[in-house]
Amino acid sequence: MSRLDPPRLSRRSFLSLASLGSFFAALGTAAAGIFRLPNPAVLPGPVRRFKLGPPEQFSAGSETAFAEQNLVLFRDDEGFYAISSTCTHLGCTVARSKDGFACPCHGSRFDSKGSVIGGPAPRPLPWLEVSRAANGDLIVSADNEVPEDTRYRV
Amino acid sequence: MAEAATREFLHNLYELPHTVKDACFRLGKTPESEREESQATFHNLFLHIHSVRVHVRTLKPTLTFGLGLMATASFVITIITGVLLMVYYKPSTDLAYQSIKDIHFTVSTGRFIRNIHRWSAQLMVLVVLLHMARVFFTASYKKPREFNWLVGLGLLVITLALSFTGYLLPWDQLAYWAITIGSNIANSPREFTDAIGITKFFDPGGFQKRLLLGANYVGQDALIRFYVLHVFVLPLALVTLLGVHFWRIRKDGGLAKPEDPPGGLAEWGGERRPVFQPLATKTYGLMALVKGKRPPVNRGPENTVMSWPHLFWAELSVFMVTVAVTLILSFYYDAPLKELANAAIPENPAKAPWYFLGIQELVSYSAFTGGLLIPVIVVVGLALIPFLDRRPGGEGTWFGTNNERSVFWQSLFFACAVTVGMLAFTVNYGWLRNWFPNIHQLWIIAINPGSLLVAIFAAWSLFILKRKDAVRLSAVSLFTCFLVGFTLLTYFATVHRGPNWHFYWWPSQWPVH
Ligand code: HEM
Ligand code: FES
Repeated sequence: MSRLDPPRLSRRSFLSLASLGSFFAALGTAAAGIFRLPNPAVLPGPVRRFKLGPPEQFSAGSETAFAEQNLVLFRDDEGFYAISSTCTHLGCTVARSKDGFACPCHGSRFDSKGSVIGGPAPRPLPWLEVSRAANGDLIVSADNEVPEDTRYRV
Repeated sequence: MAEAATREFLHNLYELPHTVKDACFRLGKTPESEREESQATFHNLFLHIHSVRVHVRTLKPTLTFGLGLMATASFVITIITGVLLMVYYKPSTDLAYQSIKDIHFTVSTGRFIRNIHRWSAQLMVLVVLLHMARVFFTASYKKPREFNWLVGLGLLVITLALSFTGYLLPWDQLAYWAITIGSNIANSPREFTDAIGITKFFDPGGFQKRLLLGANYVGQDALIRFYVLHVFVLPLALVTLLGVHFWRIRKDGGLAKPEDPPGGLAEWGGERRPVFQPLATKTYGLMALVKGKRPPVNRGPENTVMSWPHLFWAELSVFMVTVAVTLILSFYYDAPLKELANAAIPENPAKAPWYFLGIQELVSYSAFTGGLLIPVIVVVGLALIPFLDRRPGGEGTWFGTNNERSVFWQSLFFACAVTVGMLAFTVNYGWLRNWFPNIHQLWIIAINPGSLLVAIFAAWSLFILKRKDAVRLSAVSLFTCFLVGFTLLTYFATVHRGPNWHFYWWPSQWPVH
């Protein structure tokens, strides 16, 4: 072997490399652990299933806004449906306007069925699942989306 | 014998003030020679981050306008007032609003301290941006200062994060809705992943939002996270990085400056400074050895003056000016406090603090492009500047290379015209969604007034590159466009956007609701 050949890895430098490697592996694991903690396993917050009262309370053709629950409940000839009033752009609460809904934050506009007609909102307002409790009250599950034009018949 | 000890004791008692003073201050008197002046500098923990002598150009107010120092000063002010506010502030959704109200209305000097905290924080953002602009236009990011430019960018990001996290703490309507919007911007990669239908498998947006809020909405978990970031994590990070920033200024050989003309002595206050004469007892040639293009070894430090007192007077006056400005602002203007946060009724218009309003305008075209893509492009672009523009020249001089000034003015007018035109068009004619209601979201993400502005600015700087054949000039044109775009969008969203984000000529025309 000529002197110009690169020297083989000596035992000493092999061990140093190995220990350095384990150091960085430990560092990486620690970093992963650090980021694991603030990522919540269970999301806090109330269950977003709202009891809205007996169906008879809402006449056909009516619409009722529930501000606390961020939704609007409609009843037409075919049945009940609920539309979320949380803007799909950046989460402001939309208000009822002449032709549907309007968002105060960046001017998104939706028609009365929640489809986007202007502004930056990327998606229509979600339609929410309507069902009934054992005592007959209407329930809206704000975490469950249903396809547009789904009605709940009583 | 006993008498001698008594006398010694009494003598020591008499000398007490002097001996305590000598123990605290190593020099123990006002320095009288250059040697003592240098000792005063490097024997003191807080002063020794300065070199003992500074170049006279560094002290010229028009080189830096003291902007970096002013940022430091306003940061110190926010730290002091912030600790005072912590005495009464309670980071809980039930108590936060009331505690701020207490601070504002009942705590003695509470309102004044709160105002100072608020205005010096805003001053800091403004001044950091201006500082960055001065470093850019004096080409002070060039070798060997590339790294410090990156450190500075880190400082800019942390400064913005500090004010973002602080904005939530009062838990009023403004806070609640601005942070709801802000955290949904963190969620906005969903706009993209939804558009191509992969959110189920890959959802970086949701992950970022959960990390920030600890929940799906702005509530107690978000408040405590923001509080921890605001009062501990981010200030600590800023102080650490600031230490690196200052250390690098020293190691990079002080502030960037052009080569001294050979042999000549600069004028300083009307007199010519004598060449420095080392004392026989002690040399400090080595102490001044720093990594510069030419370490001043074997060379008299011409054109330099003692840091004590010249630099320290200058620094002290910048601190005084900063304090004065914040005090005056805080005396006349109160920090806002709206009604208690209410998740059912959004503030209308819900405006972020002024330095985020440019982004808010962009977000009103597309959340993903305006809130994330363009800011990331801007920060990465800024970070690349010193590595793409590497030809030396112009360091430490405003508009120091050929044609810089004219390219600056041309770009200024160009960018103004393009930005104003784009805004006027958008306000009058709307955008894709208004013309084609069923258009796919991907089109809007890709083509909107914000992304078009970025593309036009990039094209302009390429045009300058070709036409002027100088990388620095191309960088100048792009940076100028960025500054103009930022300023005009901020102005536009502040003054001309009202309820429902509609255009109004003046806020006085906003409908009453
Ligand atoms: C919290 C924010 C910051 C503080 C407190 C700060 C502070 C300072 C100070 C006191 C100086 C000395 C010269 C002067 O006053 O201009 C300085 C120089 C410098 N800063 Fe910053 N800075 C900050 C942010 C930034 C940013 C955002 C950048 C750029 C992206 C930057 C890049 C630099 C560079 C490259 C120098 C050396 C300039 C030269 O050699 O002439 N800094 N900084
Ligand atoms: S949140 Fe509704 S338009 Fe932005």
